[in-house]
Amino acid sequence: MAERTIHMPKRFTGVSPLNFVLLVALGGVILTSMGKVAPSPQQLADGVPDMTRLVGRMLPPNTDPDFLARIARRILETFQIALVGALIGIVLSLPIAWFAARSVSPLGRGNLLAKAFVSFLRTVPDLVWALLFVASIGLGAVAGTMTIVVDTIGFCGRFFAEAMEDAEKEPQEALSAIGAGRGSILVGAILPDIMPSLVNSSLFALEKAVRSSVVLGLVGAGGIGQELKVAFDLFQYRNASMIILTIFVIVFLMEVCTDKLRARIQ
Amino acid sequence: MLDHATNTQTADTTEQPQAAPLIMACGLTKSYDRRNMVLDGIDLRIWAGERVALIGSNGCGKSTLLKSLIGLHPISGGTLECFGNPVGAQSSRAQRLQMRRQTGFVFQKHCLVRRRTVLSNVIHGLYGDRGSWRAFSHSLAPEEWRARGLQALDEVDLADKAMRRADALSGGQQQRVAIARALVRRPQLLIADEPAASLDPVSGRNVMNLFSQLCRAHGITLLYTSHDMDHAIDYADRVIALKCGKVLFDRPAEKVTPADLKVTFDG
Ligand SMILES: Nc1ncnc2c1ncn2[C@@H]1O[C@H](COP(=O)(O)OP(=O)(O)O)[C@@H](O)[C@H]1O
Ligand SMILES: [Mg+2]
Repeated sequence: MAERTIHMPKRFTGVSPLNFVLLVALGGVILTSMGKVAPSPQQLADGVPDMTRLVGRMLPPNTDPDFLARIARRILETFQIALVGALIGIVLSLPIAWFAARSVSPLGRGNLLAKAFVSFLRTVPDLVWALLFVASIGLGAVAGTMTIVVDTIGFCGRFFAEAMEDAEKEPQEALSAIGAGRGSILVGAILPDIMPSLVNSSLFALEKAVRSSVVLGLVGAGGIGQELKVAFDLFQYRNASMIILTIFVIVFLMEVCTDKLRARIQ
Repeated sequence: MLDHATNTQTADTTEQPQAAPLIMACGLTKSYDRRNMVLDGIDLRIWAGERVALIGSNGCGKSTLLKSLIGLHPISGGTLECFGNPVGAQSSRAQRLQMRRQTGFVFQKHCLVRRRTVLSNVIHGLYGDRGSWRAFSHSLAPEEWRARGLQALDEVDLADKAMRRADALSGGQQQRVAIARALVRRPQLLIADEPAASLDPVSGRNVMNLFSQLCRAHGITLLYTSHDMDHAIDYADRVIALKCGKVLFDRPAEKVTPADLKVTFDG
């Protein structure tokens, strides 16, 4: 029997010269950046009066019935964009995630292509997608819905694929041993196993869709954002404050609802 | 030296039925990484109606052999025939599926879909049959499949638990559901990989009893692995011992001696 040796794990021995240099460099980068883009005390002091003047012109929020009716129609449109977009996106995400998931994908190693596609959809920001769709489809709600669809696939495609990769392997192998094909394994073993996480991701996607559909109007893709842009462009600050308040209320309500739903599913 | 003596001796004493064997492996090799041979030249014949126990210490390649037999892992070398069809790295997907559809497989544990009902899990055993996209849930499956599923459950004495979620059952009950799932299609061959290893002794004996009784009743060939010597001897007609990826001995269960077992499981 060979001599047994026991190794004691190393304890902290101080910062190595290389790490020290890296830390100093990092500190330098942060400090110079702050000098460039962070507000200086002077700017802050100058900004405060302007800010208070703006808030003053925003109050009280406009409660004119005609205006409120118009806002309500826009809110409804925003919800429709978010709901339809998220729903289509979630449904499309399922097959895309299946293609993208490692060791589950019917494409084999080709799953990386599907993964790259999903990453691409995700890395381009939603406002940029909205600009593209407004330019190609035209102004209005349809461009907004398309944006939400793409945004949702970028988000759900990734999380669905990760859930599929983490699904329990033993039941899948058991069904495979029975002679089940890949599709049957997906429906029979993978989807039931990851159902809670699918629902969870979908609720997050819905929340995210509501939040982004609110701003899509800024670039002309429909919804309440359009009214906000008009209000700022025409210096109608009392309208703007009403719109901001409504946006806050709907996003907040949305989050409360999805939290409730999530709690029931756990 | 010992292996050779026993091997030649058993080859003479085992009387061989006329029909072609259900499974025939010659010089079967398998390696996961092209360097270490997990299976190193396995010769093996299994005839219809036999109950065969495959024994060996942990990590000697029992599971690997079982999975290779039904094409869950591609084999690295040698020849393998299952139900008269050659199985190999080159066998087509359709061939492999065809073969799996004549085989039931029971794993050690965790092999049920947890969030589905017991009955749905049993009906999963019909996956691969025509129209089986509906098999994922009992409530969508054809009436005839539901009836077969319930009957299979009745055979393992769990018909009253049909609508429970699979993960609400005890380990022994789950294993019985797995048996029902494997038998619902009335396969020619039933393969079980350490079906009793994760169970307490009493449940383990129940499960093994159920296996041997159901296989005999339906004329199903049974091939199972175990690292429990009593299970191997009590429920099998024949015992095949693996050691270091080779067949150590292959003889009728009643002729296996304690000395044989000692050689099999000792370092
Ligand atoms: N999927 C796999 N990839 C790589 N090596 C594996 C894999 N499965 C098993 N092995 C190796 O093959 C050997 C035999 O394993 P296994 O067939 O599970 O043994 P047993 O079932 O007899 O305990 C072990 O050394 C194990 O590490
Ligand atoms: Mg094993």
